[in-house]
Formats: sequence, structure tokens, C-alpha cells
Amino acid sequence: MTNHKLPITNQNITLRVEGLKKYFPVRRGFFQRTAGWIKAVDGIDLDIEPGKTLALVGESGCGKSTVAKVILRLIEPDEGKLIYKGNDIVNLSHKKMKHLRKEMQIVFQDPFGSLNPRMTVGQTIEEGLRGMDLSKRERRDRRDELLEMVGISAISSDRYPHEFSGGQRQRVGVARALSVSPSLIICDEPVSALDVSIQAQIINLLKDLQDRLGLSYLFISHDLNVVGYLSDKVAVMYLGHIMEYANTEELFETPLHPYTLALLSAVPVAEPDKRLELKSLSGDVPSPLDPPPGCKFQGRCPQVEERCREEEIGFARVSEDHLVRCWKVGGR
Amino acid sequence: MTDSKNLLSVQDLKVYFRAKDQVARAVDGVSFDIRPGETVCLVGESGCGKTVSALTILRLIPSPPGEIMGGRVLFNGVDLLDLDETDMQKIRGNHIAMVFQEPLTSLNPVFTIGDQIGEGITIHEQVEPEELRKRCVQLLRDVGIPSPEQRLKDYPHQLSGGQRQRVMIAMALACNPDLIIADEPTTALDVTVQAQILNLIKSIQQKASMSVLYITHDLGVVANIADRVNVMYAGVIVEMGDAYQIFQNPRHPYTKGLLAALPGRSRRGRRLHSIPGAVPNPAFKPPGCPFHPRCSFAIETCKTRFPEMCKHGDGHLSRCPVLKD
Repeated sequence: MTNHKLPITNQNITLRVEGLKKYFPVRRGFFQRTAGWIKAVDGIDLDIEPGKTLALVGESGCGKSTVAKVILRLIEPDEGKLIYKGNDIVNLSHKKMKHLRKEMQIVFQDPFGSLNPRMTVGQTIEEGLRGMDLSKRERRDRRDELLEMVGISAISSDRYPHEFSGGQRQRVGVARALSVSPSLIICDEPVSALDVSIQAQIINLLKDLQDRLGLSYLFISHDLNVVGYLSDKVAVMYLGHIMEYANTEELFETPLHPYTLALLSAVPVAEPDKRLELKSLSGDVPSPLDPPPGCKFQGRCPQVEERCREEEIGFARVSEDHLVRCWKVGGR
Repeated sequence: MTDSKNLLSVQDLKVYFRAKDQVARAVDGVSFDIRPGETVCLVGESGCGKTVSALTILRLIPSPPGEIMGGRVLFNGVDLLDLDETDMQKIRGNHIAMVFQEPLTSLNPVFTIGDQIGEGITIHEQVEPEELRKRCVQLLRDVGIPSPEQRLKDYPHQLSGGQRQRVMIAMALACNPDLIIADEPTTALDVTVQAQILNLIKSIQQKASMSVLYITHDLGVVANIADRVNVMYAGVIVEMGDAYQIFQNPRHPYTKGLLAALPGRSRRGRRLHSIPGAVPNPAFKPPGCPFHPRCSFAIETCKTRFPEMCKHGDGHLSRCPVLKD
């Protein structure tokens, strides 16, 4: 019943994350002794299927960006497996990892901070192409092709990031990620810094590219409207744990975890008819520093009971693709 | 437009910023009214002039480079733009208070919460220290901060983001103002905390029958709290109306575009509508209708003639002669 593993729908999975953990030490005092641990990611499993989008949602500080960085091994995991197309990549040497980085790319949140201001956008895109055996001519052609692909005229390749608007910069960020022909792109809040009208442009672009190139996305976001539109499956994260995992339709239609319910009912809808009292959780997201035993959501859960405080809960499987980490679910 | 029922009436306000040889027309002829007890939203994308409009009401625009080029801001019939600094001080906090977007940068890190809430009260009123403390505790209680007596001695960094925003609201409430200007007060917060703050603002407003000018780019938030909505684009209001008129029957191509661009589960599988191009630089605004280069309805006259407001219904106006009927 308390099965931690995800449904094995098919063996053909782009990236499987198994039992991933990342703790950060908190150091205090003159000798910088470790005073505690921030359990940023505390044993999570994810499956990213080819050509599909898995959304990882949660509030700030829940550990979603840490997951992104650990998957790319920009920071090293403490425990767990990262199985990319059948091979565990956690223990790969840096040299071997370098080849693999062509397969996995990231698009960052802040289009202002993630492009080098001293490089033209053409140089930024070409940088990734240097590792490939391409002549100068081929490299330029590829660069222009990439820019056109994301909707920027190739003439602009000699311009610097500051000459572009936020939306255009995010397009350059996408082109940079695409330059090495990856199969998985991690999108870390790619549209949250953008205005609504620009946001729609980038969402459409990501969707088009996925259809055209068969990309898999890990889409990290706190915006449930964007997630509901874009993703195939959703994992809801809270304090380093996955609380609920389901198909997008199922998660939005029949959310089962109290946290998912709270999250969904707190999203304001752009229809004045639905102006009900927004249901709000009391309290803030607690600090991930030495969280209490038992369910991580106990402090804010409206349905908390005794055993939530005592025992660690595993997932209950509600349907083939729907897992929930709550005692109240699955008749336990 | 002049109406004695209005608490605040902004009329043809123009605020320009000068830099070297450029002039950025950040606010370029904005007019709107706020009645007592009403929540009015200013909504628009970044750089459309919504924050500058709000800061001008309180005369907080740094000058230079900012310059108020014209217009009136009538508050209870008095033009705030005519007041000298001493009289303006009496308005700020006392009659019109402001809640800012970033609670961490707008609270002073070296003073306690109690000092900062009390400061506003002591500027406007003579109160005994014991009385002052009681009022601060009550304010913190009103905004839903647990154990307010202890919290008074806390510094801003000891509070969470949501609690800091509650403190900001307590500070704004300190002198029972008639109008609160809230500039994106929930943008930096998580959704569950945002819902708490929105509910708080609504309940306070109902209790004290204050007016709120709420500035945001989030149309979901607007639909949830607004009585009336002003949609801004490139320094002008392009459409105004009550929340139902704006969301159910938008008349301006920009408002239509914004609403169609919202992602959501109901739009799955369909392409999102997107407005081509980007918001113009306020120093190089196109002639005629500022939206015409991005507008799919634009006709020849839009390129040259600045559009007048067209009336669509009771209080529903839009600045588009093409979609008039």
C-alpha cells in the first residue's frame, strides 16, 4: 500500500529520478559547525516521458529548483539515482557528463541574469556549438537557423542582450538550450518574469518546439494556470517531498491531497463570477530546516490528525497514474 | 468627469521623465475616479505607467528626472498638485496611505515593527506611549499577526514574507486613511499567502469602508477584488468599466488580447492567443494610437489619430474607434 515507486508505464523513459535527496548543511558559530540540515529535496521520484511535459509545482522554498540543478548535476545529489535513457548518471565522471549535457539543457527564469551581457546573442548560441565538429560556416548556419526557429531574425545575432526585450531574451535562452539538440529541457519558471502578452508567446513557442522536435520538458513553475495549460503530468512538491502526482486532467478535476486542494483553490480566476472567498491556508511555508517528523504538511493542514504527526507516510495509489501522500486517501 | 461623489479624481494627468535628450512620457493623460468605499484596479503590463500614476497621487515622484506636466489630482475636491510639502505631509499616511510591492525593501531593517507602525501615528497625532503601544498591538491583531505583543519587538527580517506584507498593511491602516494605494502587494508572495492577503484587504475594506486603488498586472487578482477596472497601456487608460464589463465584454483590442492570452486548463490543446511585438519604449511611442503596431484591428487612421474614449455602456469606456459598436 505504501508504495514509493512511481507507476512503470513504459520502459521507454527519458529520465527517471529515484529516491533523490539533497541536504544542505547549516553552519553556525566560529568553527562553522554543522548545526542542522536543510532537507531541500528529501527522497523524490519522477518519470519524464519522451515528448511529454512533467510539471513540478510548489511554492517558493519547496525545493523545486534544487531538483533541476541536481538533475543536471550542477550540484551533486546526496542520494538517489538519475537514470537517463537507461543509464544511471549520478556517478559519471565530469568528462562523460560533459557529453551528456548536450542531451539535457535548461532554460532559466530570469532572462536578464542568464545571458552574458558581454557576448552577442550569436556568440552565446555558438558557444554551445563549439564542442561539435562543425566548420565555422556550418556553425553560423546553425546559429541563424536556431534564431529563426525561436522567432528572432538572424540579422540580430550581432546584437547584445541589453538590446532585446524580456520576451526576446527568453527566446534567446531557448535558442541557446536548443543549440546542442537536447532531448530534455528543464524549464525553471521560464515565463514567470514575463508580462501576460509575452508569456503567451513563449508558452506557444515551447509547445511548438516540443511538437516539432519531440522534446521532453521538466516544467518547474508555481503558476497553476500555466501548468494546467501546458503539462501532461503534474507533481506537487512541498518541503522537499512530492505530495501528489497525477495526470494534469485528473489532478485538476479530482485533487486529493489537502495541499493540492489548497493550492488550486488559492489561484484567482480571471472571471468575476467566480469571485468566491479565496480559500486560504493559514500560515506560511515552513522552513525546511529540520522539519518535524511525520507529514511535512501537518503544520498547515486543515484535516491534520494524530498519526500525521507520528508516522512518515508513503504514497497511496488511487489509479494507475495517480499517487497521493496522505493518510486520508486510499482507505488507510 | 467632475463629480462631487468622488473621493479621488485624477484628471488628465501627465508625468514625463527627462534623460539626456530623451523624454519618456510615462503617464500621458490619465483620468480616473475613485468613489468612497470602492476598489479600483489599475491593470497593465510592466512599464505602462501604473506605478508612476500611483506615486504621483502621493507626490512621490523624484524630480528631476520626473516632472508633472499637467493635470489635476482632486482629493475631496482639493488639488493635491497645488499643495506645498507641509500640507502634503498631512495627507500622506493620514488620508492616503500606500502599500508597496516589496515588503522587505520597503521596511526599515534597523527599526522594530512596533517603531515603524508607531512612527506614522506619532507624525499625525499626539498620543501617549502606552496608548500608542495599544494601538500598534490592535493594528497587528487586525491584520492577523499572531501574538502581536511579542511581534512588536521583532525586526523585519524575523518575519516571513506574508507577515511583512501584513505589517505593511498595518502601517497603512495606522491612521485610518480614506484611501489605500496598494502597488502590487501580492506579486512577491506565494499563491496561498496571496489568497490570505487578498482576503485580508477585502475584509478590512468592508469593515472600515475605505477606498482601495489596487495596482497589479495579474488579471486573476483583478477579477477577484475589483469593483471597477482601468486598463492601462503605454501611459494611457485604454479601457475602463466595472469588473463584469471588462471581463465579460471587453471592447478594446488590448483588453481582449490580454484576456485571450491567459493560460488555463480550459484552453488546453488550443494555441494561446498572443499579442505580437512588445510594449513600446515610453520615449519612442508610436504616433496615433499607441497600440496600433500590435493591433490586428488597426486601420489607417489609427496610425495618425490619437483615439478618443468611446462610450459602450454605463461607465464602460474604451479608447478604440474601430471597435466602437
